[in-house]
Amino acid sequence: MEDIQEFSEVKFQGIKINYLYICKRKLWLFSKNITFESTSDKVLLGKVLHEYSYPKENTKEVLIDNLVMIDILSDGSIREVKYSSKMKEADIMQVVYYLYYLKQKGIQKQGIINYPKEKRKEVLELTPEYKEKVKQALKEIEEITTKPIPPPAQKQKICKSCAYFEFCWG
Amino acid sequence: MQKSLYLTSNGRLRRHENTLYFETEVEKRSIDIENVEQIHIFGEVDLNTKALNYISQYGIVLHFYNYYGFYAGSFLPRKKNVSGDVVVRQALHYLDREKRLFLAYCFVESAVYHMMRNLRERKEAEAFLIAIEDEWGKGRFNISNIAELMGLEGRIRNIYYQSFNQFLPEDFAMEKREKRPPTNPINALISFGNSLIYSHTLSQIYQTQLDPTISFLHEPSEKRFSLSLDISEIFKPLIVDTVIFKLLNNRQISLEHFDEDLNYCYLNQEGKKIFIKEFQSKLETTVRHRQLNRNVSYKGFIRLECYKLIKHFIGDQVYSPLKAWW
Ligand code: SF4
Repeated sequence: MEDIQEFSEVKFQGIKINYLYICKRKLWLFSKNITFESTSDKVLLGKVLHEYSYPKENTKEVLIDNLVMIDILSDGSIREVKYSSKMKEADIMQVVYYLYYLKQKGIQKQGIINYPKEKRKEVLELTPEYKEKVKQALKEIEEITTKPIPPPAQKQKICKSCAYFEFCWG
Repeated sequence: MQKSLYLTSNGRLRRHENTLYFETEVEKRSIDIENVEQIHIFGEVDLNTKALNYISQYGIVLHFYNYYGFYAGSFLPRKKNVSGDVVVRQALHYLDREKRLFLAYCFVESAVYHMMRNLRERKEAEAFLIAIEDEWGKGRFNISNIAELMGLEGRIRNIYYQSFNQFLPEDFAMEKREKRPPTNPINALISFGNSLIYSHTLSQIYQTQLDPTISFLHEPSEKRFSLSLDISEIFKPLIVDTVIFKLLNNRQISLEHFDEDLNYCYLNQEGKKIFIKEFQSKLETTVRHRQLNRNVSYKGFIRLECYKLIKHFIGDQVYSPLKAWW
């Protein structure tokens, strides 16, 4: 429980875990509120997918600690919808983190990641290994985001579709 | 690209249900609000809080200009992109004498570079170009404070404006640059263009985490959004002056596009429209960016300057101002 009480925003933290696996620089910038709205088609498409793939009737939004809404499907699992499975590890860790958090609250759930475009889904359980990994990740986030300067930009494939592309490379 | 909207006629901005309209005596047109980034208001326009609240939901900036076409003020909706971290560090760069001077120097260096760039291709202006190079070459290494830097910049700008007489039509001769009030056509054009670049720069700053009130070359007390003045220095010669040269040398703007009253010389409505059209098309013109390997518009380059400043403040990358390479 202690690891979690320091953090007030579950969803925010979830995104940070996601970014930890995608790009540590992105994580640093995001943690300092240096964010840019991306009008890139990909992001838009992601939003549209989210809105239309799963009509709201099947889901129930659950408010945790008066802070965060997580969509919970009627069968009692939480889910995330992702545009593609390219960032698989990052997505898995994000959902596993939510499971971990809920577990601390005494709520046991399954996690589901849907990849509607690929007509695929991934079902996740909070195993002891995942639990360890989440703890480790939270610690690493703390280390990175308390550094005074951001990790330098390193060109990788995903830069091209990253909202920070022009910021990092312009 | 998110659009800039210019309202040059008189009318009313009105929200009706989920649409924003601009109504004039002759027409009522709806505004595609989702694709608008900023609205520039030149005419006499009425609007109420209902419209204003709607506009701010979309993060749209409103810029107001007075009767003469000079910048009057802006309405900036509550900001989404706020980073206390960036602002604190931006302020630190202002407070540290050396750090401040470095940035101030960068802005002037880029401005001078672009002035020289404008003269380089013009045989008639060769003597002036040499004079600027000389002044800059001598002066740039002897600067120990902002006032000296400002002085040097002022001397260079004088030579630069003098050179205009060599290649602009005779009707547009300039004795000297006068800001307030401009009493002849060329000064009126420069002032109008500078107003536009100032507000556009402010719009770009607004989209980032930078605080527009903390500046380096200009004193933060000089104008409310003095960082916009700083960054504008880079883009005045690059965008405004080239627009003026084009409009005058192609005779798209002539003396009939100006009105005069007791104190002012200013563009009339038709003149403003012509200027804005050319200015906007310049902003949208794109150039291949070498690092990004993408086309970037002139407007995009203003945004990139903001990004570079943020990177400088957070200790990521030392600021190096734009020097147009194309
Ligand atoms: S552009 Fe590349 S380096 Fe920059 S934040 Fe995005 S992924 Fe990281």
